[in-house]
Amino acid sequence: MKIDASELSEIEQDALAEIANMGVSRAASSLRRMVGEQVLLSVPAVNIVSRRAASRMVERGHSPKLVAVQQSFEGPFSGRALLIFPEAQSLELVRSIVGEEHSLEDVIDLEQEALAETGNIILNACLATIANVLRRTMRMSLPSIVRGDGDTLFDVREESNDGLVLFLYIDFTIKNRDVRGFIALLMGLPSIAALKDIVRDFIDGIGRQTAAGHVG
Amino acid sequence: MQYKALIVDDSKLARMVMASAFRRLGPEWELIEATNADDAIDVIAAQAVDIALIDFNMPGIDGLELVARIRKTHPKMPLAVVSANVQDEIIGRARELNAAFVTKPLTDEALGAFLSGAVLRLKKAAQ
Repeated sequence: MKIDASELSEIEQDALAEIANMGVSRAASSLRRMVGEQVLLSVPAVNIVSRRAASRMVERGHSPKLVAVQQSFEGPFSGRALLIFPEAQSLELVRSIVGEEHSLEDVIDLEQEALAETGNIILNACLATIANVLRRTMRMSLPSIVRGDGDTLFDVREESNDGLVLFLYIDFTIKNRDVRGFIALLMGLPSIAALKDIVRDFIDGIGRQTAAGHVG
Repeated sequence: MQYKALIVDDSKLARMVMASAFRRLGPEWELIEATNADDAIDVIAAQAVDIALIDFNMPGIDGLELVARIRKTHPKMPLAVVSANVQDEIIGRARELNAAFVTKPLTDEALGAFLSGAVLRLKKAAQ
């Protein structure tokens, strides 16, 4: 399913993984402040795959019932950022954030709002870091909650969506809590082309700074 | 006096950014790169490295574990953990291991501060 090698050069893949890693590491630091427990991250994966393949990657090892907070982003490249976890764990996540003293009923009442707010903080931390590193501005939509399997999250069933996407993901686990999930970024082909140019500029910029003795 | 710095990061981009900052701040430094913890351990065993800057999130052994291993043989070598992961546990563990914490995205200010401190320690150790 992976055809990344033909679409992205090694240094482009490396750059995207590193930039995503900085974004997600900042996001994990925000989540850590909210839950009061350390957040453990995997190393990032960067692939150009079909939406269906992306969907299978997030379902792997999980129940297919997932819940996601998603936000669209627009700028020189556009796409969606998602905070995804198994549905069974969303209440545990909310409880980690609002505190153990709240009853299950309170937590259920708060769930939707707490998830949206958590997603908003985490995804903004991630995307703002990426935008800053690349020195571009990105606009973000309000967060929305999606429930369903991987195909629902990634709109696999819509006919217009049979193309390939750039799929970056990192999985996270909250220490001492039964909560694990993913942070994923999904971008279509036009954005991949734009992103390749921006990453190329960024890489060239590293060399120029050196040549000119510029302090950046 | 020329010093030797080891840069440990699985990302080539991150190593390029670090090397570029070194060329601005301290062109006299000799740089050696390693892409993972095992390579870094081999380099340190084989040659005299003065300082090391170590990425946290790497495949295999992570940066903090690498710092812990280096500390067993090099209790005083100036070390920095470099990461965007500014969680208390990560920074706290780096401090426990007597390593600095330098945030990503890397800035010249942050690297410069670490290098100034490291050079002072190296000069003091040489006296």
